[in-house]
Amino acid sequence: MTQTATRLPAVHTVGVTVNGTHYSREVEPRQLLVYFVREQLGLTGTHVGCDTSQCGACTILVDGIAVKSCTILAVQADGTEIKTIEGFAEANGKLHPIQQAFWEEHGLQCGFCTPGMVIAIDQLLRDNTNPTEAEVRRGLDGNLCRCTGYQNIVKSVLSAGRKLRGEEPFEKPDTALADASAH
Amino acid sequence: MFPAKFAYAAPSSLQEAVGLLEDPEAKVLAGGHSLLPLMKLRLAQPKLLVDIGRIPGLSYIRTEDGHLAIGAMTTYREIQLSDEVHKQAPVLAEAAHEVGDPMVRAKGTLAGALAHADPAGDLPAVALALGGSVRALGPGGERDIDLDGFFVDMLTTQLQEREIIREVRLRVQPPGSGAAYQKFDQPASHYALTGICAIVTLNGGTIASARIGVTGVGPKAYRPTAVEQALVGKSLDEEGLKAAVQTVADGIDVQGDIHASPEYRAHLARVLTRRAVVQAAERAKG
Repeated sequence: MTQTATRLPAVHTVGVTVNGTHYSREVEPRQLLVYFVREQLGLTGTHVGCDTSQCGACTILVDGIAVKSCTILAVQADGTEIKTIEGFAEANGKLHPIQQAFWEEHGLQCGFCTPGMVIAIDQLLRDNTNPTEAEVRRGLDGNLCRCTGYQNIVKSVLSAGRKLRGEEPFEKPDTALADASAH
Repeated sequence: MFPAKFAYAAPSSLQEAVGLLEDPEAKVLAGGHSLLPLMKLRLAQPKLLVDIGRIPGLSYIRTEDGHLAIGAMTTYREIQLSDEVHKQAPVLAEAAHEVGDPMVRAKGTLAGALAHADPAGDLPAVALALGGSVRALGPGGERDIDLDGFFVDMLTTQLQEREIIREVRLRVQPPGSGAAYQKFDQPASHYALTGICAIVTLNGGTIASARIGVTGVGPKAYRPTAVEQALVGKSLDEEGLKAAVQTVADGIDVQGDIHASPEYRAHLARVLTRRAVVQAAERAKG
């Protein structure tokens, strides 16, 4: 270690508010935010996929902006307000409109990418409340899904947009059974 | 994947940050979206990170003296969303939208991209086409470095070891001009296999002036000045433009990798330069 570096502390205290709860933990400078959230705070809904800022499974909101937590140091997040997937459904279990849309449109299979998808979509629909299908696909550039081929994810985003704009009921009538009986 | 151990400092002023850079193994951390991936791969192992993200007042976009002045911590996302950028240099917003993905754009910074000088970065091409300077702070004070000549080689700029970009100053698009950024990207990373920024003014049906920035082709972004000159006086017919852009990769050490051979990149450069010029000219017509 060089002179300046040795004068600096080996661990730093990081204080963050996550989903409304304040946490304070000691971290090494090289601790990544995603591991801080998962391992030091025990919030394992945020996933580590590629660990190279490509797949988006680690997406969380930091001060209201969707970011990839695998490419941010925990020390950089000191003093911020964070929202992870655990903060989306209500305490009584009622899903967030985006989660409800994923449920209805079968927007997930294995579910590994889903937390990052939901949070990226939350940002997308706040930036553009009525996106076209092309804008949705472009907006999901930073999130990889290896199961669904994206069709149902795109349907979920469009449905979530309608729900958030009040053009579609929060719970759509279940058409799956009616469809099945028609066959 | 963890980076190798390093010490971390978050100074509260740029002067303090410059002081910390006296450590020869220190690196500046801004958005971190180029540096941290390199550190995870151990391609970079700085012993000290100087985080300029906590210094107040480094995130802004304003117009002064015919230039867009953009602060060191201004992100691609802020550039994309800026009314000022859409008014003064819409091509910058257009190109910022081409970088990475929405989450990367929320952290990555224009100043960081220029300092990092990735040969496949999008914004160096746009910065060169617009023209302007980089305002850097070092131990000897502040200086403006002209963007022409700023990029020296792959990942290398004129910035000295202890200098930090305080502000990027880009000329606003000239009145009556049109501009376009055309890119053929690597679909996973969205880095440019080739990216071309063209800014064109017209005189009737012919090109009065053209400025071109090229990225992804050589070891650094550059302006093909012979092409810029050859375009002057040309009409927009396809054959004439093809001839004018023919030399866009001449004299350049065109890079090859698993995604694209040097021949293919040079071909892309010719095709995309023509397309960017045509699109820019159409926009100049209004």
